[in-house]
Amino acid sequence: MASWRPDPSFYPSPRMAAKAPHETLAYVASFDPDRTTPDAIAVVDLNPKSSTYSQIVGRTEMPNTGDELHHFGWNACSSCLCPNAPHPHMERRYLVVPGLRSSRLHIVDTKSDPRNPEIVKVIEPEEIAERAGYSRLHTVHCGPEGIYVNALGDAEGNAPGGIFLLDPESFEVLGQWEIDRGPQKLAYDFWWHLGHDTMVTSEWGTADTFENGLVPEVLLGSKYGRRLHFWDLQKRKHLQEIDLGEEHQLVFELRPAHDPTKAYGFVGCVVSLKDLSASIWTWYRNGSQWAVKKVIEIPAEPADPDLLPPVLKGFGAVAPLVTDIDLSMDDRFLYVSCWGTGDMIQYDVSDPFKPLETGRVRIGGIVSRATHPGARNGALRGGPQMVEISRDGKRVYFTNSLYGAIDQQFYPEGIDGWMVKLDVGENGGIAFDEKFFVDWPKGHRPHQVRLEGGDCSSDSYCYP
Amino acid sequence: MMSVSPWLVLAGLGAFHGVNPAMGWLFAVALGLHRKSRAVVVRSLLPIAIGHAVSIAIVAATVLLLGLVVDERLLEIAAGLLLIGWAAYHAAYGHRHRVRVGMTTGMVGLGAWSFLMATAHGAGLMLVPVLIPLCLAATPARELTASGSLPVVFAAIGTHMAAMLAVILVISVSVYEWVGLSNLRRGWINFDLIWIAALVVTGIILIA
Repeated sequence: MASWRPDPSFYPSPRMAAKAPHETLAYVASFDPDRTTPDAIAVVDLNPKSSTYSQIVGRTEMPNTGDELHHFGWNACSSCLCPNAPHPHMERRYLVVPGLRSSRLHIVDTKSDPRNPEIVKVIEPEEIAERAGYSRLHTVHCGPEGIYVNALGDAEGNAPGGIFLLDPESFEVLGQWEIDRGPQKLAYDFWWHLGHDTMVTSEWGTADTFENGLVPEVLLGSKYGRRLHFWDLQKRKHLQEIDLGEEHQLVFELRPAHDPTKAYGFVGCVVSLKDLSASIWTWYRNGSQWAVKKVIEIPAEPADPDLLPPVLKGFGAVAPLVTDIDLSMDDRFLYVSCWGTGDMIQYDVSDPFKPLETGRVRIGGIVSRATHPGARNGALRGGPQMVEISRDGKRVYFTNSLYGAIDQQFYPEGIDGWMVKLDVGENGGIAFDEKFFVDWPKGHRPHQVRLEGGDCSSDSYCYP
Repeated sequence: MMSVSPWLVLAGLGAFHGVNPAMGWLFAVALGLHRKSRAVVVRSLLPIAIGHAVSIAIVAATVLLLGLVVDERLLEIAAGLLLIGWAAYHAAYGHRHRVRVGMTTGMVGLGAWSFLMATAHGAGLMLVPVLIPLCLAATPARELTASGSLPVVFAAIGTHMAAMLAVILVISVSVYEWVGLSNLRRGWINFDLIWIAALVVTGIILIA
């Protein structure tokens, strides 16, 4: 239903969004790696004044098992205020929650009881395959033409993966987004520069190369994704492909600058075949073309092979495995999750070509198993993974699971889920909030975190 | 004798269209902010006005041409039904338009965008109840004729556009220079609802 005024959580510019009030709830994807109990959206209390602070205060179970909830997004956000495609009289109300494994899409209403959201619509994979020709649903973004959902595979899970559109009011599947996909085949993440009419997409692989875990031959053969694709957002046409090079595998999360006048962004590459390092690249506008530059390289850490899982034993080192990154609303701090070594690193990226490390904490990690003041058993498994930043940039939340089948490869003893929070210093620097350690209910693992009212990876803006 | 009121209505509707952020002033402000130039804000208003005017002119020309061959009463009823139908379409599918013009657009794209926005919103249709009697009153025999009505139609479009342009100029420059965009958050009331209501009311006036 159309409202009389824009949703109060819509902000014209990232500068205004950074003044948003303190979030009080987080929605967190929670999945069962054994696929025997239904996955859920867990609701975590983020209000430090509340008696249930840092506890799971609500849970909405999915109607089926085996969905593998992963990433999700809102039905509407600040881009509704864009001048070229204005539709501001909507509510940020529904979470659009795909199952990465099941390809099922759930619409979850958070309005009537934000702590106990309600599933109001389920779109079955057959309908998505029929109408859009895609499966293995991954990232969700609200944007100028409605809700954009990307998929890692075609209807059968093969290449090409791509993006489809969902009607933001009826949640009807409208169809494939691309009009001309050019050479693009693999998919992983997508986002855009609204100020430059450009979409950016990244690459992982097809369903057969990840659903049972990473395939060493595919990885060592450099057959996983290693490219960035740039698209005309309005014409829905592929414009340019950039190959990061043969040694770089798994090009994951895309974080364009929030300021729509800036034409640069950051992308993480999980692993280099040369030395197991991870890297962060800056893409930027260079004349009439897009270009990339590697700006951070995080080296692997030598380790006793006895402490390493089979997949890393031969290398005698822990790969940092940068699996998620997130950029603060003021485009100043970039947070980098090293799921392998257990580090969460904060960089000052005021100069996007010269990042400076300003903070680092360690928790979990394949070898280090670093603990947290709030943890009971001491040796934590899993490492920093899906990371989300509050709109004011003062708080950072993250969880520790990557993907059911891959968790097992790097943490063969299994992962007990946790979610933690960092407090950010005025001029950088990060430290754990000792009171915030969510010991995730056994049998489930947490993945993406979405903050009530929006966060630093949920909204895009048309005004500087 | 021409009465004053239809001209006031045309100007009022021009102001109403102009105030609506979806009709262009906001786009002009955004382009100015992106290109850091007040001149861009002001310059952008021209293609926005031209696109809007062309959209309205097409409706006016259609009314005029149909008026030459169709009975006035029939024209009013048909136009009324079209308006109500347009309102229903707008309410149901208004959010579903392809977005073809983005923030890097040039002046031609901006004009095309304004034309599409005005047309999709039925901006010209809203003027029909004023246009028909004006055109009729312009001829001694109270009939629609091309030669008698054309100048009146031009004057009508001119009045509407002058009012709209004045409004978008004042709003866009004030917002760019002094007011800022924070008021959008709560101040951007749902013009679409008012607009749909206006289309329905106009349709009913025509039919009744």
